Amino acid sequence: MKIRAQIAMVLNLDKCIGCHTCSVTCKNVWTNREGMEYAWFNNVETKPGIGYPKDWENQKRWNGGWVRRRNGTIEPRIGGKWRVLAKIFANPDLPEIDDYYEPFTFDYEHLQTAPEMEAMPTARPRSLVTGERMEKIAWGPNWEEILGGEFEKRSADYNFEGVEKEIYGAFENTFMMYLPRLCEHCLNPTCVAACLSGAIYKREEDGIVLIDQDKCRGWRMCVSGCPYKKIYYNWSSGKSEKCIFCFPRIEAGQPTVCSETCVGRIRYLGVVLYDADRIAEAASVADERDLYQAQLSLFLDPGDPEVIAQARADGVPDSWLEAARRSPVWKMAMEWRVAFPLHPEYRTLPMVWYVPPLSPIQSAVAAGRMGTDGAMPDVRSLRIPLRYLANLLTAGDERPVALALERMLAMRGYMRAKTIEGVLDEGLAARVGLSGGQIEEMYQVMAIANYEDRFVIPTAHRELGEDAYDLRGSCGFSFGNGCSGGTSETNLFGTPKRAGNRAKNPMEMA
Amino acid sequence: MTTFNHVLFGWYPYLCLTVFLVGSWLRFDREQYTWKTGSSQLLRRRQLMWGSNLFHIGILVIFAGHFVGLLTPIRLFEVIGISHGAKQMLAIVVGGVAGIACFVGLTLLVHRRLFDPRIRATSSFGDIAILLMLYAQLVLGLVTIPVSLQHLDGEEMVRFMTWAQGILTLEPGASALIADAHPVFKAHLVLGMTIFLVFPFTRLVHVWSAPVWYLGRRGYQVVRTKRAAGPVAVGAARLPAE
Repeated sequence: MKIRAQIAMVLNLDKCIGCHTCSVTCKNVWTNREGMEYAWFNNVETKPGIGYPKDWENQKRWNGGWVRRRNGTIEPRIGGKWRVLAKIFANPDLPEIDDYYEPFTFDYEHLQTAPEMEAMPTARPRSLVTGERMEKIAWGPNWEEILGGEFEKRSADYNFEGVEKEIYGAFENTFMMYLPRLCEHCLNPTCVAACLSGAIYKREEDGIVLIDQDKCRGWRMCVSGCPYKKIYYNWSSGKSEKCIFCFPRIEAGQPTVCSETCVGRIRYLGVVLYDADRIAEAASVADERDLYQAQLSLFLDPGDPEVIAQARADGVPDSWLEAARRSPVWKMAMEWRVAFPLHPEYRTLPMVWYVPPLSPIQSAVAAGRMGTDGAMPDVRSLRIPLRYLANLLTAGDERPVALALERMLAMRGYMRAKTIEGVLDEGLAARVGLSGGQIEEMYQVMAIANYEDRFVIPTAHRELGEDAYDLRGSCGFSFGNGCSGGTSETNLFGTPKRAGNRAKNPMEMA
Repeated sequence: MTTFNHVLFGWYPYLCLTVFLVGSWLRFDREQYTWKTGSSQLLRRRQLMWGSNLFHIGILVIFAGHFVGLLTPIRLFEVIGISHGAKQMLAIVVGGVAGIACFVGLTLLVHRRLFDPRIRATSSFGDIAILLMLYAQLVLGLVTIPVSLQHLDGEEMVRFMTWAQGILTLEPGASALIADAHPVFKAHLVLGMTIFLVFPFTRLVHVWSAPVWYLGRRGYQVVRTKRAAGPVAVGAARLPAE
């Protein structure tokens, strides 16, 4: 057993209002610069829909993630090492920028400089790649917002697998939910496996997956390897970039920008301990539907004295073990089993988990013909098909998702009985396998969701590995050689100086 | 004229080789963030799949051919029993086929770079310049084939081999050997050396980073730690932020 700790995230989709504050604050901090305009480290999709980039969940098309070979081992779906190497001259599995969208701005200046004329002046779109006028914007970062576009196209959504989807095209049967997405910081990342340069790595201390910008050569295999399409090739710098889990903030004990700014308070950050020696075994189980359980089996009980002793031996600091015992992620994923990994069938063992959303009870059911089970409605009659959620979160296994939804409904019923009728309904709690005390804690963490309950982040112990004297006076977060973009007009080493002063790294002003 | 010939084929090679090696080393040491392939596939896939594959495979064969053909000690061919004439024919056939593949690929790439609005707008001066240099060099190389076909005894080729090996063994006097060579060969040589000269200042540096080591990676995953006692030294664990 080799114990490592990771800061994992849970998103409670039941509370996501689709406001995009996470996406916008993330973009303002990290990707609002040349070459990365099209990239959203965090984006929010409306489901059902094909998403961003288009059809990203369809691995028959993009070949992301892992496949299990006949001999029981796994290899990247884009191919083993020889095949990956053979594709470096032109990568057949790389999306084109139009699969995301061609980034654009508007001629805002025209609004102020237009001469007097009969029609109102307009700000027309202009490409941020070529600088040319765009006559028509055909796709954008969130084109399917709130079921935008016809059902016919959106229903190509991969999660309709095994669902009679035609009926959901009718207005009275339609359903929707939001899916905020970011890098999953997987335990078994395919991007790392596919990186020919060895530039992508997982940090042992906190599990954050990063791309060494100096070592990246731009072979682009990581973009294809990642089944979530959360690695973006910066066409300006020629390097791939990805969500960095706001590591400078996490190291200081602060939540990521997307979590901090989430107005719905749906995001949780906490430590999870896992057994690094069993990653390969868990990622290689034969049946895709067992992958969720296999990943759960990697997580270790932070209260177990044996685990504590081994974690200490493996170098996990005591402050991290204490944080692991208070971790909201552990509670939701392991204790209450209400959080699930996104698409476990990709075999990457993702570490950003989701609480499935409840949805209104279908009108027919509400009209009195409802399939209630005692005081509780049957989760199979919720508006969002259970199978759809299961395809998203458990490789199609409906039982764990049903139990989670039942527990969330029970939490509502229990708290309603308590606050309105003044009754402690232990029976209701017991029916979903919980105690009244557990339900009250669930309520505290998931419904009230105070800041200190959502974010339990131990600070990094940089003193254990880094020489502070050496760091003194260094640049902070920047790319390339030092903080300066250079002062001379020409640059011998190939970085073009552009007119218009467009920012190249997150520390520059655009 | 002799002096000019000596400057071009006796001195210039050393200038080019020195800048090539020292420049590459300096850039690798100081400016790794700029060390990249510079792929534009994300912006436009069209023409790249055929263009890039044909170009790269062609040029790798051509490069290997030049390397082995010019730098293998001449006596070795005599020992093995390959006549100079036979070697010249081999070079013409293999080089010709690879050259044509490369030419088709490079034509696609040049067209794409110059006439695709996205690629043109995002190209630096260096990107366009090096591509055109390679294109010109390839055309010059192909043009040497009909010239070579007029003398199939291999003697001209041996003179070039002797010159190249003379330069590498620090005998600038070898320039005299090719003083009477056909101008097409001389142009091909000068442009070839110039490509070495500008190499460190262009995206060509990615050639040094051909990721063959990937095949030797144990397993698939890479983990780095900052802990002093970890499997990776602290120096190697530097983050892009530092």
